[in-house]
Amino acid sequence: MSKGMYKAKAWGAKGGNFGILAAFIAFAAFPFYWMLMTMFKETRDLMNPNHNPYLYHMRPTLEHVRVLFFDTLYLQWLWNTAFVGFLVVLITLITAIPAGYSLARLTGKTGERLGIGIFLTYLVPPTILFIPLSKVISSLGLQDSLYSLVLVYPSFTIPFCTWLLMGFFKVIPKDIEEAAMIDGHSRLGAFLKVVMPMSIAGVLTVIIFTFTLVMQEFVYGLTFITASSRFTVSVGVPTFLVRGDVYFWGSLMGACFIASVPIAILYNLFVDRFIAGFTVGAIK
Amino acid sequence: MATVETRDIRKLFGDVKAVDGVDLLVKEGEFLVFLGPSGCGKTTLLRMIAGLETQTSGDILIGGQVVNDLPPRARKIAMVFQSYALYPHMTVYRNIAFPLKAQGFPGDQIPQKVEWAASTFGIGKLLHRKPRELSGGERQRVALARAVVREPSVFLLDEPLSNLDAKLRTSARDELQQFQRRIGTTTIYVTHDQVEAMGLGDRIAVMSGGKVRQLGSPQEVYNEPADTFVAGFLGSPPMNLFERDDYIAGFRPETFLPVGLHDTSEPLVTLWAKIHRVEHLGADRLLYGTMRDTFPNEKVIINIPFTVEMQITPGEVYEFAVKEKDIKFFDRSTGLRTEPRRFWEKRS
Repeated sequence: MSKGMYKAKAWGAKGGNFGILAAFIAFAAFPFYWMLMTMFKETRDLMNPNHNPYLYHMRPTLEHVRVLFFDTLYLQWLWNTAFVGFLVVLITLITAIPAGYSLARLTGKTGERLGIGIFLTYLVPPTILFIPLSKVISSLGLQDSLYSLVLVYPSFTIPFCTWLLMGFFKVIPKDIEEAAMIDGHSRLGAFLKVVMPMSIAGVLTVIIFTFTLVMQEFVYGLTFITASSRFTVSVGVPTFLVRGDVYFWGSLMGACFIASVPIAILYNLFVDRFIAGFTVGAIK
Repeated sequence: MATVETRDIRKLFGDVKAVDGVDLLVKEGEFLVFLGPSGCGKTTLLRMIAGLETQTSGDILIGGQVVNDLPPRARKIAMVFQSYALYPHMTVYRNIAFPLKAQGFPGDQIPQKVEWAASTFGIGKLLHRKPRELSGGERQRVALARAVVREPSVFLLDEPLSNLDAKLRTSARDELQQFQRRIGTTTIYVTHDQVEAMGLGDRIAVMSGGKVRQLGSPQEVYNEPADTFVAGFLGSPPMNLFERDDYIAGFRPETFLPVGLHDTSEPLVTLWAKIHRVEHLGADRLLYGTMRDTFPNEKVIINIPFTVEMQITPGEVYEFAVKEKDIKFFDRSTGLRTEPRRFWEKRS
């Protein structure tokens, strides 16, 4: 092949890469774009089938945002979600860090099987569990309380996060811990001074992941909570912005956009670590 | 400084005897090397002395005190790992200061101690760097500085040079030995590399199958191997061993030279060998062949220094000789050293 052809091929490959990348970016960003568009769109503009749904044909409006913030308890729901999320993250970390560390250091088949066993509990769906769990909640007197969610959510966050942290702890060489033990620390001291600082990425991943799970959970939130002032975002938004067969699309999209953007940004910051956490245990 | 003693120490992993009854006494200020192939139990033995592994039975004494139940941090030891085990999230300074802080050393004296340890190993300029920004040799020095900084009574080194390239390893070996001589701390060094063991050790404990096969100076274990394992493990190429009736006879490849090259004042044994292949290795010439007469068709390796310019043609039979005192004898069933058999006299 001539020099020119190589050059042309290189440019072609570059163009191909760029094209694929652009397609993926469009795919990932499109929901956000549509949410943002719809959030400020007049309902008449939105509902007119002759109008391009991706562009404004009439002046944008703040009406939907007003409805969201002043006619619903959206801010209260956000606060409720944050409150439950914070406590669930705390409980998950307190439980999953020691569990993940123990499983990572348990040598042989026992640790591996125990790890898989714990992960399997994550796969039991809430749609099966909510009936027996509602019995537990009522016998504890936690009906219609946010603490019912604080109690129930760790049942799916802990197994997954234990698994995730196990992967992070496994890649920390034992030598480093042993060096810290020779240098003057107990096993606990070595864990706190050396293993934990090296696992910050894992802990952050767990925080983000737990928070996401709490935000999107619907079944438990719907069944255990009745008062609208105690709803979480994922229950409150569809309950109040879908009335009969009327969808308040502008406000719905606004509610979703505001709730999802912070999580999306956090995910993007840690996506590499997140994937590493999933795969480390698998290869080694 | 302290002595280290193990008394009939054993370690079982399930049914596997990793360490099988080792009695050792490391003298004060001594540099002792555990040498053996991988899986011989040398690292397990070191880890038991460090307290990172609990022995199944037996006692460990450091400085005359039984330390069986003491955790690693209470044994006044420092260890350098094969991987160096530097703390990746800390700078070199904090790595070296770590053991001092962990042991509650007075804060105002820490900078001074760290600088002393760093300058000992010539890494004073690297104190603000993270381990990942260092080369292999620099990392090894940081690991040594971290071990030295709190002046332990025993150093434990687990193959600390094996991650360095060959050239660096030679100079690091030299520095390590000079350093040990200077501070005079009792040192136990684990390696599978016989050159390191011979070059560094005051004494070498040659290990195999969880047992110490021989404990002695480098010259002793090389020249007077206690059994066929030691004879076959040390030396490159190893000792030529020939089985016959109820004994095994052996000699080192470099002691078996063409007959005319020997100093004639000592009694010699002459043997014939057919050469099949010649390897030129720079300083040495290796001849691969098979023996004639006394040990028919047994394989033999001969090492001739390059200064001998004698022409050797593959396929030819030559007459070689070895000094009587250089032939070692072993019992065929136990593999242990026995008295000379003087097989050459029976023949004539």
